[in-house]
Amino acid sequence: MDKIVKVIFSSIVLTLFYFVWTRTTNVNNLLVTGALALTVSLIYRDYLVMPILHPKRIGYSLFYIVILFIEIVKSNIDVALRVIRPVIPINPGIVTVKTKLKSPMGRLILTNSITLTPGTLTVDMVDDTLYIHWIDVKDKEETGATEKIVSNFEKYLEVIFG
Amino acid sequence: MQWNTLLGSILTLTGSIFLFLGALGVYRMPDLYNRMQAGTKATTLGTMLTLMGIGVCHTEWIGQILILIIFIAITNPISSHALARAAHFKGIPLTEKSVIDKLKDEKSKPEVK
Repeated sequence: MDKIVKVIFSSIVLTLFYFVWTRTTNVNNLLVTGALALTVSLIYRDYLVMPILHPKRIGYSLFYIVILFIEIVKSNIDVALRVIRPVIPINPGIVTVKTKLKSPMGRLILTNSITLTPGTLTVDMVDDTLYIHWIDVKDKEETGATEKIVSNFEKYLEVIFG
Repeated sequence: MQWNTLLGSILTLTGSIFLFLGALGVYRMPDLYNRMQAGTKATTLGTMLTLMGIGVCHTEWIGQILILIIFIAITNPISSHALARAAHFKGIPLTEKSVIDKLKDEKSKPEVK
């Protein structure tokens, strides 16, 4: 039952993407797209994720997107300022941080956010330990690095993904 | 000149400046991982801003532009993560300026998964 809901939700999303992309109003066209979307969703039925539509989570998600965008802008200015110096000021290294998130989707979003934020790049993840390449290492210890890199995002993602 | 053409041009210009700085970073950084950093971050915002500029100029394309921005925001960090991980497993060294490499310490332990 749960899987059927996931498959239907996924095919609706796929069809919507197609509709926005082509802006077609031809009914036959949309019906064929819907059938194809259903087929694709059925093939990938074991990997689908259903978002939990709860007002608090949706609100936090929107807030998170805004924060992420601000961080992306900050990281770009940071990289740009480093690149134009005569001698590039870097102090790179790979540090470890721990994450409290359990769900795979939450971890995916967290690692992607880390990669997009100032001076950090996720290199590997083993269980709940993330290996992060940091362009300007400020804290070699795990707890300090966790505080500086992860905790900003984690408090929102914990609410969104539970 | 219409206001949306002006705003769109400014957005596109800002995006191209970030893309240029990203390319400069790829050229100037000392090792693969730092280059990846410059490449990922600058291209993400640069491409987003360029697309947004096009979207503001041609408002009828805004839906397609939004889809493209979502795809870029999701796929760009994943590809750079995959490249960095593959490079580290292949054994490409970090620059001599690096202060710490915990992942290497982890791999040199006897029990490696």
